[in-house]
Amino acid sequence: MLGWLQVLGRAGLGFFERLGRGHLFVIRVLAGIPAVLLTPRLVVAQIYSVGVLSLLIIVVSGLNVGMVLGLQMYNTLVDFGAETTLGPVVALSLVRELGPVVAGLLFAGRAGSALTAEIGLMKATEQLSGMEMMAVDPVKRIVAPRFVAGLISMPLLAAMFSAVGILGGYFVGVGLLGIDDGAFWSQMQAKVDLHEDVMNGVIKSVVFGVVISWIAVFEGYDAVPTTEGVSRATTNTVVYASLSVLGLDFVLTALMFGS
Amino acid sequence: MGNNRVIEIVVGMFIALGIAALFMLAMKVSNLSSFGTDEGYTITAHFDNIGGLKEKSPVTVGGVHVGQVMAITFDQQRYQAIVSMEINPAYNKLPTDTSASIFTAGLLGEQYISLEPGAEESFLKDGDVLHLTQSALVMEQIIGQFLFSKAGEGSQ
Repeated sequence: MLGWLQVLGRAGLGFFERLGRGHLFVIRVLAGIPAVLLTPRLVVAQIYSVGVLSLLIIVVSGLNVGMVLGLQMYNTLVDFGAETTLGPVVALSLVRELGPVVAGLLFAGRAGSALTAEIGLMKATEQLSGMEMMAVDPVKRIVAPRFVAGLISMPLLAAMFSAVGILGGYFVGVGLLGIDDGAFWSQMQAKVDLHEDVMNGVIKSVVFGVVISWIAVFEGYDAVPTTEGVSRATTNTVVYASLSVLGLDFVLTALMFGS
Repeated sequence: MGNNRVIEIVVGMFIALGIAALFMLAMKVSNLSSFGTDEGYTITAHFDNIGGLKEKSPVTVGGVHVGQVMAITFDQQRYQAIVSMEINPAYNKLPTDTSASIFTAGLLGEQYISLEPGAEESFLKDGDVLHLTQSALVMEQIIGQFLFSKAGEGSQ
C-alpha cells in the first residue's frame, strides 16, 4: 500500500517538476527573444524549415477539408432548399474551428516533431554543451529562433488553411454542385463577422502557435540525450501538442463564442 | 550566400501568402468588403418591404443570374427601401417597364430579386428607376392573413 502511494507520489512530483521546468524554460526563451530579433537571419532560416516546408500539407489538407465540407453539407442542406447557406457553413466552420485546430494538429505533427528531434539530437550529440563551452547560450542561439519561427508561422498557416478550404468549398459548391455564385459569397459575407469570427480564429491560431512551439522546443531541450530519449521526446511532442490544441480549443471556444 | 538569398526570398513569399490569406478572409469572406465590381450598369427600385434581402443578393431574369444587389438604403420621404442593383453589361436589352419582385429561393432559402421584362421599346440604362415593384412576402403576414380569413369564415 505504501509502495503504491510512493509510486503515485513520485509520478505526481515528477509531473509538477517537469511542468515547473517547462515554465522556467519558457521564461528563458522569452528572455532570449530580444537577442533573436537583432539577428533576424536565424529566424528566417527557421521560418523556412518550420513554415514553408509545412505549406504543402497545410494547403492540400485545407483544400480537401473544404471540399469535403462542401460536399457533405450540400447533401443535408439541399433537402431544406437551403443549399446557398453552404457558404456561411463552410466559412464559419473553417474560420472559427477547423482552420486553427486542424492546421495546429498538422503543424504539431509536421513542424513540432521536427523541432523536437532536431534540438534533442543536438543535445544527444553534445552540440548544445559544445556551444555552452564556447560561451554561446544555446537557448538564445538555437531555441529562441525556432520558438519565434513557430510563433510566426502558425497563424499564417492557419489563415492559409482557412482561405484554401473556403476556396475548396467554393469549387465544390459553385463549380460542381451548381450553387449560385453571388448567393454563396453574399450569404457568407452576411454571416461571417470580421471581429467575431475571423479575428477570434486568428487569436486561436496564435495561442496554438505559442503552445505547440513551446512544447516542441521544451521536449527537445529536456529530452534524455539518448536515441531512445529523443524518439520518446518526439512522440511526446506530437501527443502533448495535439492534446493541448484540442483542449485549449474547447476553452477558447467557450470563452469566445460561449455567451 | 546564394542559398541564403533563396531561403529569404521563399520565406518572404510565405509571409506574403499568409498575409494574402488573412486579407482574403477579411475582405472576401467577412462583411468588411464594400467595393464591388465596377462593371455593369446600376438600376434602382423602390420597395415597401424588402424582407430579408441583403447586399450582394442575386438579381435574376427568368431564373438566370444577371446581377446583384449593390446597396440598400431607406428613403425617409417616401418611407420605402431603395435597392440599387448592378446588372451585368451583357444584359442590356431590358425594357424600361421591367418590374422587380422579391422572391424567396425555396421555403427557407435566401431572398432574391426577380426582374420581369415588360413590352417597352426602349431599354434600361445606367441610373434608371424601376417603377413596378412587388414587395417581399413576409411569412408572418401571410399566416396572419390566412388566420384572419379563416376566422372570418367561421363567424359567418
